[in-house]
Amino acid sequence: MMLPALFFYLFAAVCVASAVMVIVSRNPVHSVLFLILAFVNAAGLFVLMGAEFLAMVLIFVYVGAVAVLFLFVIMMLDVDFAELREGFIEYLPIGIVIGGIFLFELLLTVGFWVINPGVAKSITSAIPANVSNTEALGLVIYTKYIHYFQISGMVLLVAMIGAIVLTLRHKVNVKRQDINVQNARTPELAMSIRKVASGQGLQEADAPEWVQ
Amino acid sequence: MTIGLGHYLAVGAILFTLGILGIFLNRKNIIVILMSIELILLAVNINLVAFSTFLGDIVGQVFALLVLTVAAAETAIGLAVLVVYFRNRGSIAVEDVNLMKG
Repeated sequence: MMLPALFFYLFAAVCVASAVMVIVSRNPVHSVLFLILAFVNAAGLFVLMGAEFLAMVLIFVYVGAVAVLFLFVIMMLDVDFAELREGFIEYLPIGIVIGGIFLFELLLTVGFWVINPGVAKSITSAIPANVSNTEALGLVIYTKYIHYFQISGMVLLVAMIGAIVLTLRHKVNVKRQDINVQNARTPELAMSIRKVASGQGLQEADAPEWVQ
Repeated sequence: MTIGLGHYLAVGAILFTLGILGIFLNRKNIIVILMSIELILLAVNINLVAFSTFLGDIVGQVFALLVLTVAAAETAIGLAVLVVYFRNRGSIAVEDVNLMKG
């Protein structure tokens, strides 16, 4: 049974390597592409763990939506990204010190933990046997955890409205359709019938008042 | 050579550290800072899913779904704020964001 281990190390190595490239690459477009690679490999790790549904959601949400959003914003903004990279070397020592402290603490925790025997008794919703991961998730998120599901829907709604409100702008010199004005328009307002004397043509005074 | 919970937690720890490091290294570039936050949230998700599957409790995956939602919302709002800021000021450098003198 070497294959799962092999795939674990493959996915983990590519995931970590692309995460490194996300933070050190010069071009933010490359950063986004490496972020996509990192998320795809994380999805591979999820599949190895047996969480297929979350793996697919990770690909949909991150590769399909978030990464494209990042790419759009990077390409839309006319920013000199080389200028933004100044201070990279300057902050490297403190970053490595603080990151090293974090990594040391986390690995210490990972290395010396044991699971409390009481944990097995306090499991609230055990994964049912003979049921696919998607079905197992569906069995609980619409029943026991419906509130979490609805809260996440509400979060997405607020985020959507917020993003639209923030970025929508009305230009003053652009004519927009106003349905109310259109519906209130009557033949009396819109046109006028004038008797034009024969041989004299249209006079200034014949024009309706909204032209003058 | 079996892959246990510790292996996944180690990957999560490394990704989390890389996210923190990314925030420090790219102090001026808010887009890369947002991407580093995504990496941190990915590390959190890996931990949640690892514990969920190895302990046999599905709640961890429900939480991971919630974290995913919040991460997507946060990115959308963050980038919208970024676009509005760029329209008003013509720059996205983090050290220029000092209008409120906070």
